[in-house]
Amino acid sequence: MSEAPLPEIDRLAKRYGERQAVRGVSFALWPGEVLAIVGESGSGKTTLLNMIAGRVAPDAGAVRFRSAAGAVVDLAALPEADLRRLVRREIGFVHQNPRDGLRLSVSAGANIGEPIMAAGARHYGSIRRAAAAWLERVEIDPARLDDLPATFSGGMQQRLQIARALVTEPRLVLMDEPTGGLDVSVQARLLDLLRRLVADLGISVVLVTHDLGVARLLAHRLMVMQQGQVVESGVTDQVLDDPHHPYTQLLVSSVLAA
Amino acid sequence: MSLAHPGYNFAYLDEQTKRMIRRAILKAVAVPGYQVPFAGREMPLPYGWGTGGIQVTASIIGADDRLKVIDQGADDTTNAVSIRRFFAKTAGVATTTRTNEATIIQTRHRVPETPLHAGQIMVFQVPIPEPLRWLEPRETRSRRMHAEADYGSMYVKLYEDIARMGRITTAYDYPVMVNGRYLMRPSPIPRFDNPKLDRSPALMLFGAGREKRIYALPPHTPVKSLDFEDHPFTIERWTQRCQRCGAGDSFLDEIVIDDRGTRRFVCSDTDHCDTRLERRSAS
Ligand SMILES: Nc1ncnc2c1ncn2[C@@H]1O[C@H](COP(=O)(O)OP(=O)(O)OP(=O)(O)O)[C@@H](O)[C@H]1O
Ligand SMILES: [Mg+2]
Ligand SMILES: [Zn+2]
Repeated sequence: MSEAPLPEIDRLAKRYGERQAVRGVSFALWPGEVLAIVGESGSGKTTLLNMIAGRVAPDAGAVRFRSAAGAVVDLAALPEADLRRLVRREIGFVHQNPRDGLRLSVSAGANIGEPIMAAGARHYGSIRRAAAAWLERVEIDPARLDDLPATFSGGMQQRLQIARALVTEPRLVLMDEPTGGLDVSVQARLLDLLRRLVADLGISVVLVTHDLGVARLLAHRLMVMQQGQVVESGVTDQVLDDPHHPYTQLLVSSVLAA
Repeated sequence: MSLAHPGYNFAYLDEQTKRMIRRAILKAVAVPGYQVPFAGREMPLPYGWGTGGIQVTASIIGADDRLKVIDQGADDTTNAVSIRRFFAKTAGVATTTRTNEATIIQTRHRVPETPLHAGQIMVFQVPIPEPLRWLEPRETRSRRMHAEADYGSMYVKLYEDIARMGRITTAYDYPVMVNGRYLMRPSPIPRFDNPKLDRSPALMLFGAGREKRIYALPPHTPVKSLDFEDHPFTIERWTQRCQRCGAGDSFLDEIVIDDRGTRRFVCSDTDHCDTRLERRSAS
């Protein structure tokens, strides 16, 4: 069962009016694998993530996921309630802006505790212990457990968001520019943390980034998107060391030039 | 009592509106705790004066009903008196302050201390019907959360209470699960009254005027207050008794009795207090 890809994306497509945001993207992700998606602005990366997370309904294609019971389900074909239940249990989402992924009006502990409570936890003491343990895990002083996220720095907010996304130990985590908008040193620390967490938990990750350095550091595989299509994909180092598509070549050379 | 005032329809509302509200009530009774929208009418009272409750009462009241109206437990506040007069005038019904004599009790902020009996109907005035509002201001989202019984996030609020104050501090409008299915706001009654909703032999109807929602607890419906395993739901307790009737098990109000600021604890339910005093002087 752990041999099954998770998920399997099959010819996903999404159009917004005249604009074809995503045109027939397919890939399979294996347990524990990290896939980075790079591409220019507007190439459809966020739209693709949103379709995988069941937040945007695709026009065509399938997102096949193996449910806990072992059956293969197509997220795009599930009834809404089942979809959200499965997504809540199996998929974590990390937004570029922590404000989109956090509840700012409640404490850090409540932010981490909410997904556990949503999953049915009803023992305050153990919810709190889990929240404190996760704060430590993302390198935030557990003494900040009762503080509001607004009192946190940008990097801390992002780490808090990661704790909230991972606390229920989903099998798949989708990250949309998780290091965007952070200082370089803060980014480095966050990347280091992400690398360790992903390895420890054995989760699969789809990571959207425009930073090839981030992709090289974290991702086993790399997919390059342009105008809604995958123009090149493969093992990260291979793609970056020997890019074939002109757009990938341009990306790599612009990094080297910088 | 006189007949209904000429110039008004019985109980003020026109028959078509009443039928529409009754249909909403029937649906609410069929799905306990579920908020049923209804097309409310403008009432000759501002919102906040119980227009939702008044429309429900107007739709169910009959000529032989005996109406009691309470506000914060008292029958003699301006709000309670004006609603009682409104129905005495427009429906010509008998009114009472006695809980056990009333067939319909319209209320704001309290459930009577005297146990209710089968055949009685409680009508609650509801300012805000949606228990998920603070968490999810978008109506489309909160309706979907109800549809999927997706209530885990509601515990965030209780969690925050305990994290900040060491205990659940929500004192009024304490959220309840109805029949193990729908999350419901019991209206701003003290949590002290929550256990009275559980499996009550009386029918309980909730009317929200501004937001035009009706919901219900049919008799004997299980009603459970949200809590944590290690922080179970509890009700308020007082170290003193009512200083008027001596009751040791009623909800007490602290009132100032003179201009030197002397305070006294007395029953919030005035009928309960009076009845106990009368019984005591009779024996
Ligand atoms: N809700 C929407 N309504 C209309 N058009 C949309 C919507 N969402 C995305 N688009 C369009 O679809 C295309 C792909 O957008 P998307 O946000 O997926 O790109 P992206 O690769 O994530 O870009 P960026 O790197 O700037 O975040 C763009 O042309 C965008 O304008
Ligand atoms: Mg994007
Ligand atoms: Zn008393």
